Amino acid sequence: MKIIINIAKISKIAIQTLIVATLFVTNVIAENHNIATLRASTSIDTQATPSPIANVINKDIKQARNYPMQPPVIPHKTRNYEVNLNSNKCMSCHSRSRTEESQAPMVSVTHFMDRDGNFLAEISPRRYFCNQCHATQTDAKLLVENDFVDMHTLMKAKRAAKD
Amino acid sequence: MKKIIQIGWQTLKKPSAYFSLGFLVIGGFIAGIIFWGGFNTALEATNTEQFCISCHEMENNVYEELKTTIHFSNRSGVRATCPDCHVPHKWTDKIARKMQASKEVWGKIFGTINTRDKFLAHRKRLAQNEWTRLKANDSLECRNCHNFDYMDFTAQSPRASQQHSTSLASGDKTCIDCHKGIAHQLPDMKGVEGWE
Repeated sequence: MKIIINIAKISKIAIQTLIVATLFVTNVIAENHNIATLRASTSIDTQATPSPIANVINKDIKQARNYPMQPPVIPHKTRNYEVNLNSNKCMSCHSRSRTEESQAPMVSVTHFMDRDGNFLAEISPRRYFCNQCHATQTDAKLLVENDFVDMHTLMKAKRAAKD
Repeated sequence: MKKIIQIGWQTLKKPSAYFSLGFLVIGGFIAGIIFWGGFNTALEATNTEQFCISCHEMENNVYEELKTTIHFSNRSGVRATCPDCHVPHKWTDKIARKMQASKEVWGKIFGTINTRDKFLAHRKRLAQNEWTRLKANDSLECRNCHNFDYMDFTAQSPRASQQHSTSLASGDKTCIDCHKGIAHQLPDMKGVEGWE
């Protein structure tokens, strides 16, 4: 009987110490401002001034893809372009029948394929919403430096190391 | 009925027996000013955005859509109101448009588009009315503000300057041919030129 009481007492003390320890640790973490990176040194109870909205690049000049399967980025503004059940503004230039007049690149033929690999006469419904994959680019400064290395650079480096 | 018209005509034909010529001339002049002024004031009152969106059909559908576009809110704060685009500025054209608008009164009374579903069902027909009107008058309401002669192509994007300096400059195309759905959402665009 006495042993059981003792075990209960010990476990109670153990839990209490654990709680105190956790509180202490969280306090230490909270004091370290580096955790919330996007807020930088703004304290939690103040509202940071938002940075100005970046401009969309509107130069109409194709950008290289970073990797072969990357959806090409949009080199122009798409403000107020409607892509819905009624109309698809993108397709009024990029569809097969419109490219001669618009001189815009045609949507890739893969977009005509349904999920079973059959080619349809029109854009496949699963590829209808252009801006799910294709995005405009802005002149905003990078928040984090991009250290992406494409595979051609990697292959070149490997070959150079071999020689 | 015939008798009443006859009595009226007899009265109008006779010279005035009781009123002086001066009273009739000056009185007629003043009454004319009041009538004409009143007519124009009433006309102008119907030519405001406040009047247009006093009907829920306009306020809840097309006005809500306008709010998100550049013709409502932009960097310089110049904005277009309903009549800027939908009513001609020239007096004779304006009166002609106002007479056509009597059909809109009919539509309001009989609730042609008094629900969102009804509005969407009629949207294509309504849009096509406006497209044909703007196509016929060479996008006059656009050009009231956007004057081709003063467009600076160098300030436009390459794509815009290319199109404006060719198709638009030659008169081959007019504003509305490309700029559909810039102030309101588009209807089903199946079968519309340039959208197939």
